[in-house]
Amino acid sequence: MSTRALIEVADLSRTFTVRRRTGRVRRTAHLVHAVRGLSFTIERGEMVGYIGPNGAGKSTTIKMLTGILVPSAGRLAVAGIDPSRDRVELTRRIGVVFGQRTTLWWDLPLRDSFDLLRRIYRVPPVRFRVNLAEFTEMLDLGDLLDTPVRQLSLGQRMRGDIAAALLHDPEILYLDEPTIGLDVVSKGRLREFLRRVNAERSVTLLLTTHDLQDIEQLCRRVMVIDHGSLVYDGALTGLHAEGAASRTLVVDLVDEAPAIDVPGATVTRVDGPRQWLSFPAGESAAPIVAAVAAAYDVADLSINEPDIEDVIRQIYSR
Amino acid sequence: MAERLGWGLRAFVTLAGMWVRVSWTYRTSFVVMSLASLVLTGIDFVAILVVFANLDSLGGFTLGEVAFLYGTTALCLGVADLLIGNVERLGRRIRMGTLDAMMVRPVPLFVQMCADQFALRRIGRVTQGALVLGWSLTRVEVAWTPARVAVLLSLLVSGTVIFGGLFVLGAAFQFVSTDGSEAANAFTYGGNALTQYPLTIYPAEAVKALTFVVPVAFVNWYPALFILGRRDPFGLPAALQLSSPVAALVLCVLAAVAWRAGVRRYRSTGS
Repeated sequence: MSTRALIEVADLSRTFTVRRRTGRVRRTAHLVHAVRGLSFTIERGEMVGYIGPNGAGKSTTIKMLTGILVPSAGRLAVAGIDPSRDRVELTRRIGVVFGQRTTLWWDLPLRDSFDLLRRIYRVPPVRFRVNLAEFTEMLDLGDLLDTPVRQLSLGQRMRGDIAAALLHDPEILYLDEPTIGLDVVSKGRLREFLRRVNAERSVTLLLTTHDLQDIEQLCRRVMVIDHGSLVYDGALTGLHAEGAASRTLVVDLVDEAPAIDVPGATVTRVDGPRQWLSFPAGESAAPIVAAVAAAYDVADLSINEPDIEDVIRQIYSR
Repeated sequence: MAERLGWGLRAFVTLAGMWVRVSWTYRTSFVVMSLASLVLTGIDFVAILVVFANLDSLGGFTLGEVAFLYGTTALCLGVADLLIGNVERLGRRIRMGTLDAMMVRPVPLFVQMCADQFALRRIGRVTQGALVLGWSLTRVEVAWTPARVAVLLSLLVSGTVIFGGLFVLGAAFQFVSTDGSEAANAFTYGGNALTQYPLTIYPAEAVKALTFVVPVAFVNWYPALFILGRRDPFGLPAALQLSSPVAALVLCVLAAVAWRAGVRRYRSTGS
């Protein structure tokens, strides 16, 4: 058992039957493949970013991993448990945060919500006190504990939701769009908190997001899903090469000149003495810089890294 | 199994208790709502009293006997409604996408649905049913034997379970059609309305339907015939009069199967 990965997904698929009206009364059924043939494993302690455009199958995957949805085909084990068969048993070992909807009780103050969670998760009182004190301090919840959830701002509520999802010491924390709608400061603090939870409590994190900064700042590994299938699974740095992205060398010449002609790079733009040269992200910049410097009078040089959003857009568009 | 059942009950008490405490912070509202529920549900019975102001018997039954039928079905529905009736909110929760949050908590979904927004003010209906039943017992002429007392107790349990099973079947149907709660109400509240009267006022075919299709006749009619020492007016077998626990059990199993099937075919909402 101990050699098995914490999350194992093999050939996982989920189809939905969607009925559409095609006539006055006639309705036809279409099969929609929300997820098809998904395979991956996640080891204990990893922090994985799960990204993809709307409707790509991110939430469907998370819902199958938590047992909310039953897979149409494939195998799935989380901490050795089949989520949809033993959903209630699995809940004690995972924490889930839905960015769009709270899992807290709308009318209760945070403190009462937490206390209720302590009782239904049967968290030992000592453990509960330690956790609550730590999360209250780290997430700055002190002033909010007596406020009903419905009166909290989005950022405050999110902090409350994340604390709630961790009170029972889960091994895995799923976060579905945790930073959606938060301001820059809140996002930063939330990321810092997640990093600490991962490092200090070795909680495995799987987060879906639209905000690529979440991924850049938190995750060494990223999985990209599109049309229900994984199109990339690996290190964040590898995404650049995968996306066939290009880097840009910006050259400031001493005098205006016609387009620079060096091997391995093409000029994409000329503006007076400044020229932009594009070259593949996987290639070294050194020979190109050397060739330019040898042939021209150069005042200044700089290199622009590819924008990760462009990279991902390119991956989607293939 | 026993452990799971015990945990389910404890979780129910924990969650329902929380809602009672919330409603208790608005004490006046709670008291007014409970009384309103008591009075409103009592209007049905006033209608029966009005009928008896002009007649000595209804379908061959005296006022005391009709009150007995009324009180038993009202009490059974009241308790089932209090403890299980909240499951009818399932469709709304599915549409709003808030069911997912319940599915990631360590308490069976069914228990959470029953306890969610637990409304103790529904005790009004229970109280009203109990009052009418208590009054009817002073009016009916029954030679109380141990068997009759046992059947009365079994009536209260089986009747509650039958209404509860109908609530759950209706809720399970909402996994398929999220706005099916009206259809379900037709069986529960409708069944209650029908069984407030002696079934002799309905055609024989209707009584067969209430026996074998939607078995609400087992809630109070058949056991009441036994307790009141009556022969079946429709000539149906006397064995039916003792079959309420069987009907309750069958409905319970059907409801459990339907609920599990519903949870497994739950599709959640987008995002």
